[in-house]
Amino acid sequence: MTEMAQQTTATSPGHVEYVMRMGDNALILGQRTAEWCGHSPVLEEDMALANMALDLIGQARMLLTHAGRLEGRGRDEDALAFQRNEPAFRNLTLCELPNEDFARTMLRIALFSRFQLLLWERLLSSTDSELAAIAAKSIKEARYHAQHSGDWVVRLGDGTEESHRRAQAALDYLWPYTAEFFIPSAADEAAAEAGVGPLWSTLEADWEAAVRPLLEEAMLSLPAPVPFRSQGKFGRHSEHMGHLLAEMQYLQRIHPGARW
Amino acid sequence: MYTQALDLPQQNPEGRPPSLAENPAWQAEFDAKIDAGGFIEPKDWMPEAYRKTLVRQISQHAHSEIVGMLPEGNWISRAPTLKRKAILLAKVQDEGGHGLYLYAAAETLGVSRDKLTDALLSGRAKYSSIFNYPTLSWADVGVIGWLVDGAAIMNQIPLCKCSYGPYARAMVRICKEESFHQRQGFDALLQLMQGTEAQREMVQDAVNRWWWPSIMMFGPHDSDSTHTGQNTRWGIKRISNDDLRQKFIDATVKQAEVLGVTLPDPELKWNEQRGHYDFGRIDWEEFWNVVNGHGQCNVDRLAARRKAWDDGAWVREAAMAHADKAARRAQAAA
Amino acid sequence: MERKEWPLWEVFVRSRNGLDHKHCGSVHAPDARLALQVARDVYTRRQEGVSIWVVQADHIVASDPDAKPELFDPAEDKIYRHPTFYKLPDEVNHM
Ligand SMILES: [Fe+2]
Ligand SMILES: [Fe+2]
Repeated sequence: MTEMAQQTTATSPGHVEYVMRMGDNALILGQRTAEWCGHSPVLEEDMALANMALDLIGQARMLLTHAGRLEGRGRDEDALAFQRNEPAFRNLTLCELPNEDFARTMLRIALFSRFQLLLWERLLSSTDSELAAIAAKSIKEARYHAQHSGDWVVRLGDGTEESHRRAQAALDYLWPYTAEFFIPSAADEAAAEAGVGPLWSTLEADWEAAVRPLLEEAMLSLPAPVPFRSQGKFGRHSEHMGHLLAEMQYLQRIHPGARW
Repeated sequence: MYTQALDLPQQNPEGRPPSLAENPAWQAEFDAKIDAGGFIEPKDWMPEAYRKTLVRQISQHAHSEIVGMLPEGNWISRAPTLKRKAILLAKVQDEGGHGLYLYAAAETLGVSRDKLTDALLSGRAKYSSIFNYPTLSWADVGVIGWLVDGAAIMNQIPLCKCSYGPYARAMVRICKEESFHQRQGFDALLQLMQGTEAQREMVQDAVNRWWWPSIMMFGPHDSDSTHTGQNTRWGIKRISNDDLRQKFIDATVKQAEVLGVTLPDPELKWNEQRGHYDFGRIDWEEFWNVVNGHGQCNVDRLAARRKAWDDGAWVREAAMAHADKAARRAQAAA
Repeated sequence: MERKEWPLWEVFVRSRNGLDHKHCGSVHAPDARLALQVARDVYTRRQEGVSIWVVQADHIVASDPDAKPELFDPAEDKIYRHPTFYKLPDEVNHM
């Protein structure tokens, strides 16, 4: 990102939240995905999962740095990652759920990366030039994530009886959390108004169009719709989030002010 | 990351029966090639003992890289900044890559990765005992990079010229990556030493715990090494354990001064006459205890590897089942 | 223990345009797509490549090392194929 491209004033508080939310998604999913390192089903997949986690953490660093600048309160990427409590995190609940098994891990990345991909595409033309630059870099990463995880969803869904059962269980578990992607929010309104980024609710049809054929190819059946709406992006998280943060933030919390 | 226990005796993990007949003419050709500093390639004739030794050495090395992911992996989720998290994750991932390059090199000798994995998980194969020590603080990550990867580099550079081509080429690739490992470790420690009292104490404590195990990584004294002579003859060991250890200690003392930490050996002293640092007696009983399974983490490390392998069985199976189905479908459509 | 090990694939990487693909190692994968993906993850983590080939190891036909004399020695005396065979005047010797 060149100096010239850096946008340093937010058009609205919603603008800050919009960017922060994206940074939190990448951070929290990166943290989860990195848990696999050293524990994957096969060495090759250790490499692949670590690469995806590295991409996500890289995205988180750029997005949180940018959010901090827009916010103008002097918080850098680490202040935002390590000094906020649960309600201040705005990631989608889907990102913080435990990995459980390889099926849930890959399916989550498949669902999320397809959403992220749509977002990056729209953000290429954001009026926030820094965000547009981040999108240009990240979109390539998201494409690879979508491909790698999507291939795995098909292998597992259409593999053995056990893998199919696990893939279906993963879908049943994760699917209700995907509705959260598209819940309208005030931050979205403000960001869309200023041309920063799309209303997430407008991405629903495209996302379904990307996800349905994948699930069909994987021979997985869509769970029936449920009324439940998770609220992570509004700061109301699952029980898992506190544990994730307790672990992630521990050093910064017990050594306040220390540099690393 | 690493090769230590290379000279340690153990059963061979591989399955291929010695199919190559011994033949004096071939042997002479092989010897001449080695003497001329040439390379042996996978399909060349080689003495069965050479092949077996290589399989043992390369696979022990590969296992060490893979088990070596665990102690540092223990800190990925707790790395104190996002930059350090990314660096550590990339580093641990590199170690996985090293394991992968090395398993691939071993496979050129006619033994499958599954067989080698089985030898590790069943406890028959050895790996570097350094990874049976626990990582107790963030400073351990830095100290492992500095000392453990540092010792590994010393050990591995000579192997870039070892006589077996695929092993030598894997080592070239690995050595390129290792220098990042050592430097990131030292950099993390420098930062800590400029920090708070608690951070400096953390570093000193980590150095106290890792120093002796690090210098044990070079293996037993030359006088106590079992296969050194033969391995040197074969060009798969180029420099002796004691020489490498001395070289490492000489280099490290100065680095410790720059860092401002004390190496926990009161006998560490420059010897003008030798032109080297003298150092205290290594506790070989401790070394052999850990090698023989009685370190703090031996059980946990193997259990973690076993769990990953067992929990992943259904994934590996599913992928093959899917590939078979897809192939059958393609055939039916043709 | 699983029933069947993933096949082995040999990996060839072109480090930049204008250069040949060069063998750099191998990976295990159940199918070509995954072989390509993990080859990228394993062998191009530091921008080492712009293009990757993967070939299932079983499909490679290699020359027999015992046939080396008849395959490769005949080229030994054709030194005129090598540029250094030709001594040219200094002014043009850079060609
Ligand atoms: Fe290393
Ligand atoms: Fe390594």
